[in-house]
Amino acid sequence: MSRYWVQRLGFALLGLIALAVVAPILVVIGTIVVEGMGAISWEFITAMPFDGMKQGGIFPALVGTLLLTLGTALVAIPIGVGGTIYLAEYARDTWVTRCIRLAIVNLSGIPSIVYGLFGLGMFVLFLRMGTSILAGALTLGIMTLPVIIITAEEALRAVPTEFRTVSASLGGTRWQGIRYIILPQALPGIITGIILGLLRAAGETAPILFTVAAFFLPRLPQSPFDPTMALPYHLYVISTQVPGMPLQIQHGTALVLLALVLSMNLVATIIRSYFRRRRQW
Amino acid sequence: MLAQRQAEAAGADWREFVIEALIRVLGFSTIGFVLLIFLFLLREGVPSFYKVPLSNLFGISWYPTFGLFGTLPLLLGSVLVTVTAILIAMPLGIATAVFVREVAPNWAREILKPMIEVLAGIPSVVLGFFGMHVVAPLIRETLGTPTGLTVFTGGLLLAYMALPTIISVAEDALDATPKSYKDAGLAMGATQWQTIWRVVVPAARSGITTAVMLGMGRAIGETMAVMMVTGNAARMPLSLDSLFKPARTMTATIAAEMGEVAQGSIHYHALFGIGIILFILTFLINVAAAATIFKKQRRGGLR
Amino acid sequence: MVDPKIHIEKVSYAYGENWVLRDVTLDIAPNSVTVFFGPSGGGKTSLLRLVNRLNDLVEGTQMKGRILLDGQDIYSSDTHVPSLRRRVGMVFALPLPLPGTVRENVLYGLKLAGIKDRSRLDEVLERSLAQSALWDEVKDRLDHLASALSGGQQQRLCIARSLALEPEALLLDEPTSGLDPISTRKVEDSLFALKQQYTIIIVPHSIQQAARIADQAAFFLMGELVEYASGTELFTHPRDKRTEDYVTGRFG
Repeated sequence: MSRYWVQRLGFALLGLIALAVVAPILVVIGTIVVEGMGAISWEFITAMPFDGMKQGGIFPALVGTLLLTLGTALVAIPIGVGGTIYLAEYARDTWVTRCIRLAIVNLSGIPSIVYGLFGLGMFVLFLRMGTSILAGALTLGIMTLPVIIITAEEALRAVPTEFRTVSASLGGTRWQGIRYIILPQALPGIITGIILGLLRAAGETAPILFTVAAFFLPRLPQSPFDPTMALPYHLYVISTQVPGMPLQIQHGTALVLLALVLSMNLVATIIRSYFRRRRQW
Repeated sequence: MLAQRQAEAAGADWREFVIEALIRVLGFSTIGFVLLIFLFLLREGVPSFYKVPLSNLFGISWYPTFGLFGTLPLLLGSVLVTVTAILIAMPLGIATAVFVREVAPNWAREILKPMIEVLAGIPSVVLGFFGMHVVAPLIRETLGTPTGLTVFTGGLLLAYMALPTIISVAEDALDATPKSYKDAGLAMGATQWQTIWRVVVPAARSGITTAVMLGMGRAIGETMAVMMVTGNAARMPLSLDSLFKPARTMTATIAAEMGEVAQGSIHYHALFGIGIILFILTFLINVAAAATIFKKQRRGGLR
Repeated sequence: MVDPKIHIEKVSYAYGENWVLRDVTLDIAPNSVTVFFGPSGGGKTSLLRLVNRLNDLVEGTQMKGRILLDGQDIYSSDTHVPSLRRRVGMVFALPLPLPGTVRENVLYGLKLAGIKDRSRLDEVLERSLAQSALWDEVKDRLDHLASALSGGQQQRLCIARSLALEPEALLLDEPTSGLDPISTRKVEDSLFALKQQYTIIIVPHSIQQAARIADQAAFFLMGELVEYASGTELFTHPRDKRTEDYVTGRFG
């Protein structure tokens, strides 16, 4: 067989494989949309559940997830962005810096359930926060740190070095250069990374299993020390622990979670491409 | 004028110092967190090592209610599911990475890359949900197994969850091969196809290995999706047909049982002990992957 | 020479183990144009960057010797480096506009120094742009992006940016290397006017440019200061054979 035929077949095969990777994604989303659409209504989203979750809405779970995501942001953004600025702008190439990078690689590889164990051991028990939004947000926050740091560092390094030199030559200190030029230019990339990190935190179940989540809590949390329902945990329980749960409600819950996560993904993508086009370098 | 500037400078210097100190602390905090996590795991998990005889801990039966804490079936369950996942994901991932980087026309690339990002964003509980309701019954019907909740189902799901990691790291590796390699191959009369498989991919070998290792780390650590589709039977998956029988991973065990245990009980400590094993396993995999990257960077040139 | 503005004494400088400057001593007169020229690798740019301590940003270097500005050692431990860099400005080889408008670029140095008075800023803006012969071309486009200007305009913008801080000395590293002849001419003309107020050190990008503008000229070869004399002398009657060979084009 001629080499060019081999190539044509080969390319086609690769294309099919790529299709095999991508098509199921559409199937997953499609199935959940089709099966769950029927359950979606204004009431579903804004009402409280009753009858053991089999009726009513998922409002407290939605609120819980939003609160947890907010909490994660409050923890992960300052530490993450601060740490990244240190790594990209201040750190020298010493063994300590290499340890920090190793630590970040490590943090990013720790299984989410192990974060859950840590959260249980440290926040819920040792620091006596109990099963609470606070414990959950702290756990999720630490889990989200590496994601933010890795994307933010890439964004900072992408800004041309020349700007730093010019700023210094005009009498700028290192922080002034960062604050007035480097950080604003890297901001779109950093924000994209933050959003991607937060959407992962919003969808995680394992870290919140023992640190935050309550199953049937038909009232909204009153303080950061309260436990709360959350969408991912809710979906898990109603699909595996509640006999007789209407299938449509299960799919509907999955749909809401999926919609939340995918819309954040979309926002991040839009931000990224919009600012890439407007770059002045 | 000069004196005024000097005075302003002194004030600004002090602020600069505080900001820099703060940033430095935040930078070092990451090391702090890793140590903290390991410390707490040890604190709660080590008691299991002296409350439970080692022969029990490494035994083949995990029946906590009867005082049996054999971690072997859980370990093997995780390993089997992960290996299955990698065997599926590796060819799929590398092929897709090659396709996206080297073969696909621009319009295809613009569709594929966002879709892979979407896949990365789908929560594991949602995938597990889908697996439970759609994939498992499918497997049960097509393969005639008594239940669709098997190691294979879990492996299949995990493969898709690991794919985005494998694809993006492999893509970076392919991207980093110098264009001159490709040009040289083509100049010698090879077709694009031949150049890809005989020049570019081998050159990106270590980056691709890193990609697979990171994917493996992701797979071992996955909890919800596997918990929902592997059937949660803590049996020893020894024979080949165990692939189509239920099993249980370490992660699922912790997730499923932690809610029921009393704090301070042996069961509680044992679950933390499993957490330690997981921590060490993923630590080793990720450090190995990172070491490959660092070594390449130090040598310069290829990433 | 009257008291030199800048006194460079026995300066040697290395990147790692590679010595790019060896035992250089020379004085820069105030309100003049001094030219550092020679083949590449001669150490001219490195020496330039030592004068405003911009080489502090590079790791792994060694330096010996002293550099005095108005009689004060700029490498002493109580030198305030940002203030030094406001007194000794620098223009780079490629036009490097900062992101932002023309106005933001010119006034950036002042913003860093904490100067906020609006009327003063406007005055500085116009003066600096006029001094670098750019005012007429951009006075209607002050709030347009700097990246929209042509290469020659951007480079003059960078000069204006440095001048806004009212430095005492101005260091220029091949400022016209990326520019067309007309822009080059405009930049050189503005230098003639500027030397009335400022002490200028420039690394030219050709010998011809050096001959055109130099009051004093220093020839560097492989890190060594070979010859230093007035412009006319050095280019018409060089004393060292190496200088003569380079100036007449026998090597380059």
